Formats: sequence, C-alpha cells, structure tokens
Amino acid sequence: MANKILVFLEQRDGQIKKSSYEVSAAAWKVSKDLNAEVEGVVIGSEVENPNIVGNYGLKKVYHIKNEQLANYSSSAYTDILIDLIKSIDSQIIIFSATSMGKDLAPRIAAKLDCGIVNDVIDWKVDNSEIIATRPVYAGKALTDVKIKSDKKIFTLRPNVFKAEKITEQAATIEIKKVDNPNLRTKVIEIIKSDTKLDVAEADIIVSGGRGVKAPENFKLIEELADLLGAATGASRAVVDAGWRPHSEQVGQTGKTVSPTLYIALGISGAIQHLAGMRSSKYIVAINKDKDAPIFQVADYGIVGDLFEIVPAMIEEIKKIKNS
Amino acid sequence: MKIAVCLNHVPDTASKISVGQDNQSIDTSGVTFVVNPYDEFAVEEALKTKEKVGGDTVVISLGNDNNKESIKKALAMGVDNAVLLKTNEIYDSLSVAKILANEIKTQNAEIVFFGKQSVDYDNGAVGQMCAELLGYNSVSVVVGLEINGNKVRAEREIEGGREIVETELPVVITTQKGLNEPRYASLKGIMAAKKKIIDEKIPENCSNYTETISMKKPPAKQPGRIIGTDATAVPELIRLLKEEVKVI
Ligand SMILES: Cc1cc2nc3c(=O)[nH]c(=O)nc-3n(C[C@H](O)[C@H](O)[C@H](O)COP(=O)(O)OP(=O)(O)OC[C@H]3O[C@@H](n4cnc5c(N)ncnc54)[C@H](O)[C@@H]3O)c2cc1C
Ligand SMILES: Nc1ncnc2c1ncn2[C@@H]1O[C@H](COP(=O)(O)O)[C@@H](O)[C@H]1O
Repeated sequence: MANKILVFLEQRDGQIKKSSYEVSAAAWKVSKDLNAEVEGVVIGSEVENPNIVGNYGLKKVYHIKNEQLANYSSSAYTDILIDLIKSIDSQIIIFSATSMGKDLAPRIAAKLDCGIVNDVIDWKVDNSEIIATRPVYAGKALTDVKIKSDKKIFTLRPNVFKAEKITEQAATIEIKKVDNPNLRTKVIEIIKSDTKLDVAEADIIVSGGRGVKAPENFKLIEELADLLGAATGASRAVVDAGWRPHSEQVGQTGKTVSPTLYIALGISGAIQHLAGMRSSKYIVAINKDKDAPIFQVADYGIVGDLFEIVPAMIEEIKKIKNS
Repeated sequence: MKIAVCLNHVPDTASKISVGQDNQSIDTSGVTFVVNPYDEFAVEEALKTKEKVGGDTVVISLGNDNNKESIKKALAMGVDNAVLLKTNEIYDSLSVAKILANEIKTQNAEIVFFGKQSVDYDNGAVGQMCAELLGYNSVSVVVGLEINGNKVRAEREIEGGREIVETELPVVITTQKGLNEPRYASLKGIMAAKKKIIDEKIPENCSNYTETISMKKPPAKQPGRIIGTDATAVPELIRLLKEEVKVI
C-alpha cells in the first residue's frame, strides 16, 4: 500500500504561512524513505498561490473553499479535515505546531483514534517507521517517540525544519467547495497586537529583562530590533511589572521560540526563560553579572552594562549599513 | 451547572531533570511535584465561573496517590468535590483524554476547564481531545472569557494577536496565563479542604498510541564565548553577527 502523507497548510489573511513550507519540505524528505506521496490541504476563502508548495515537494493541494472559512473555526476545520483524510485515505497527517496547528491536530487525533507526536524538532525513518524527537520538561530532556496506530499525526515546531525548495514545479490545485460548514465554534474577529512582528515567528529576537530598568528604556531595545528587522521579546519579570505585553513573553509561561538569533539584554537566564529560547540557533547575552546563567547557553557574551553596549551596537550596525 | 476542572500533578518547573535508569522517563527522586502551573488558572476560572453562574465544581485528576497533594490545593482554593482516577501507568495524551472524558461524562459537567499544557510532557493536547471525544465545543489557550447563559465568548492567544471566538455550551476551555490571577487558599479554605473527601476510582485500562523509545539529555551546548567586558567588544560582536550568524 502506497502511503499518503497529508500536510495541513495554514493560511492567515489568504497567505500561506512560512511554517507550512517548512512542514512541506520536511514531509517531502521523509516521504522518500517511506515511499509515500505528499499532498497538501488549505482551508480558507481566497488563498494566494497555493501551488507554490509544489516547490517544496507537494504534487497536489486540496483547497477547501468557502468565504466563511477565511478565519479559523475549530469545528469546521476539524470536520473538513476528517472528511478529506477519510476520502483520500492518508495515513500520516502533519501540521506546524503553531497556535492553529496545536489547536487542530489533537482534535484530529481524537477523532481518528490515533497517536500524535507534538512539537517535533527532528525525525528520521527507521524500518519504514517515523521516529520523532521532541523536547519534554521544557527542553530539559529529549524523547524519541514512535506512533503505534495505523494513522499518525505529527506537529513540527516552527523555525526548526528548513523550508528548502526542491523543484520549480507547481502543485496542481483541486478546489473543493463546502456548503454549510460547521461553524459552531468560530473566530469572529482578530485583534492584532501593536507589536509589528511576533516573537513566535521572528528570525531574530531582541529581548529585554529587568536589567533594562524601566519601561521607557525599551526604546533602546526597539531601536536595535528595528535595525536588525527583529521582533522584541521580554522576560516574565518585565511582563509581570506591566512594562511589556504578555504577547512578548518568552519562556515556560510565554512563547517558545527558535530564531536564528536571540539577543538577551539584562536577562538573568532563569530556567523558565531558557525553556522558551534555548533552542535558538545563536544566542547573544549582555549582562552585568558574569555569573548570570544566561552565559551558560550564550554563544557570544559581553559582561557589561547594556546601557553602554546597546548604543554601541546600534552605532556599529548603522556604520555597516551605511558603508 | 456542573463545572469540572482537570488538574495534573507535575515536577516544579525549577526542578533539575535527570533521566531515569529505564532511559524512558525521568528520575523522580528528589523532584518536587506541584499543581501544573496552567491548571491553577483553570481552577481559578472554574471558581469564578461558579461565583457567576452558580453550580458545583469538581476537580478531576488522573495519577497516583501523590496527586492528592495537588487535588487538596484545589480544594483549599474552594473547589467543592474531587475525583482521583488512580493509576500508576504513564499514559499518552489520547489515553489520558479518554479516561478524563469518561469521568467528565459521569459528572455531567457542562463547562470544563483544562490548563493549556502540562509542563511535564508539554503536549497541550488533552483539553482539545476531550472536547472532541465528548462532542463539546472548545477554545484553547484562552486569555479572556465571558459566559452568558448558553453563549460563550473567548479570547485566545495566537501569533501576533488574539482571536475572539464565539461558541456555546457545553464547552471545554484551556487556560493560559493572563486569564486571571489564581487566588491563594485561605486558612478557612485549607481547614474546609481537610474535611472534603477525595473520591477515588480505578479507571479502565487503556493502551497507549505512542511509544517512547528513549529519553536523553539534550546535547550540551558548546561553552559560550565571552567576547569582552565593555563597549570595546562591540565591533567584534557585530563582526560575528555578520560573518558567522550572517544576519546583518
Ligand atoms: C511557574 C513559573 C513560570 C515562569 N515562566 C517564565 C517565563 O515564561 N518567562 C520568563 O522569562 N520567566 C518566567 N518565570 C520567571 C523566572 O523564574 C525569572 O524570575 C525571570 O525570568 C527573571 O526575569 P529577568 O531575567 O528579566 O530578571 P532578573 O532575574 O532580575 O535578571 C535581571 C538581570 O539583568 C542584569 N542587569 C541589571 N542591570 C543591568 C545592566 N545595566 N546591564 C546589563 N545587565 C543588567 C542582572 O545582572 C540580572 O542578571 C517563571 C517562573 C515560574 C515560577
Ligand atoms: N493526568 C491528568 N489528570 C488530570 N488532568 C490532566 C492530566 N494530564 C493532563 N491534564 C489536563 O490537560 C491539560 C493539558 O495537558 P497536556 O495535553 O498533557 O499538555 C492540563 O493542563 C490538565 O488540565
């Protein structure tokens, strides 16, 4: 039996998210070892260029189309996916571990009565079976897990798998209309936060902690972030103090991030903060205290006063940009 | 109205974690267990909901006798009743969800609170699974909630903002930090909790859908490099960001 893998492509405002390309490319890679086909599904109203996922290895995309499905509806999306999975008989269904993917994937697992592995950061195929690696205990340990049921669901942590283009080929699109989607639970409005870029999606994050001393000093953090095209993040201490919104909090009770570069300014590096950012590719720490635990995970550190060092960084980057 | 809250008992987030002899789970010796931090928001919201719409609250926990410690904390905060579904097995999310869903059905609860995630296995799945198994509506990662009669309006956190979700009872809500400030147990609450009985039940056996092959510590990070101790180190730092990290 040829296996079929189905990738859930997440759209917001009609745009397919970058993390969905990551999932597509990752799915394509394992599909070679599993001798499986990979198809995608996008649920929404108008969607811009869904055929681009062809570049990441998907031959075909089902576009489930209805105006009322532009925003997420857990009930409608669940019913639609279950119908599709059954009708095309896919055995492996893969999501990105975004807020939508994390909400949806467990529902699908419950309805299909099958196993799920969440927040996968690496995987391989061994003996025709996927062995997935996922962090547990806030990244203090890693487990290798396999699913025993016939159908299998995975969610992949965003920003970990690379969205590498494989071909120039476009995917074929099959539009499926749905009448009367099940909108028992539906999003009626989305309130965007003032932060331009969300930490969960940023490739570079500049975060400030209690060492920044006062809410108005975050101007400095924002200036550095702007120069780098980065999102601004925060430790819980400054969120609890009301200096920064909770949406910026990185860590155990905030967001888990894995950007290419994480710059921690005046953050001590408490275990709960590390839980959210230790899987960043590069970590830079600036802290007055040479014994601050953040230096244990930092690739590059400067022991010093951030109020001297950050302005110097801004100067230096400007110099490079202007030359 | 019956309001249920599902509570997990997990290692304190500040604990040092080491892998046990079986290479499949952690070594729990010397580890302090606490109420799963997100479940405190769930307990608080259950109490607030009861204050508003009336009814009875029940806390449900699946685990061994040690879970009683966390159950008692919920009782001391003001939850009326408690059920311990007693097992020594380590179940995966869907097995946990099936067992909890059965008990929620027995309890006839129409509003059910979960934490958004257990901080042991960090799955964030059981709430949504229970909702589907029960055929209840549900919203996850909730930071704002209003229940009026049959109508539910919830705010959930997403990347770059919040979604406002509308649905109806019966409903499962998974709670995120920001929803409320969990109350402290009062002395009176603690005394009252001592008299409350924890109803112990043996759940039906389940078989797991997933298998943990191994557990290990993450590879140790290369010790970092301290580039300097003042602003003179900045040009070198920026050079590294440009040439090694390649972000400038
Ligand atoms: C259940 C639980 C969940 C939690 N979840 C989170 C979470 O999600 N995210 C999180 O971040 N925390 C979380 N915490 C809190 C965490 O334990 C720490 O309290 C918090 O991370 C500390 O924030 P901080 O590093 O900003 O502050 P501090 O620990 O006070 O550190 C400030 C640092 O700034 C340095 N500093 C001061 N002045 C300067 C200067 N001029 N220049 C350079 N450096 C300077 C100091 O040396 C110090 O290291 C959680 C705690 C618990 C119990
Ligand atoms: N063993 C358990 N007993 C009771 N509730 C649980 C248990 N495990 C998980 N939960 C609930 O499900 C939520 C999500 O857990 P998880 O999917 O394991 O991350 C938790 O915050 C709890 O509310």
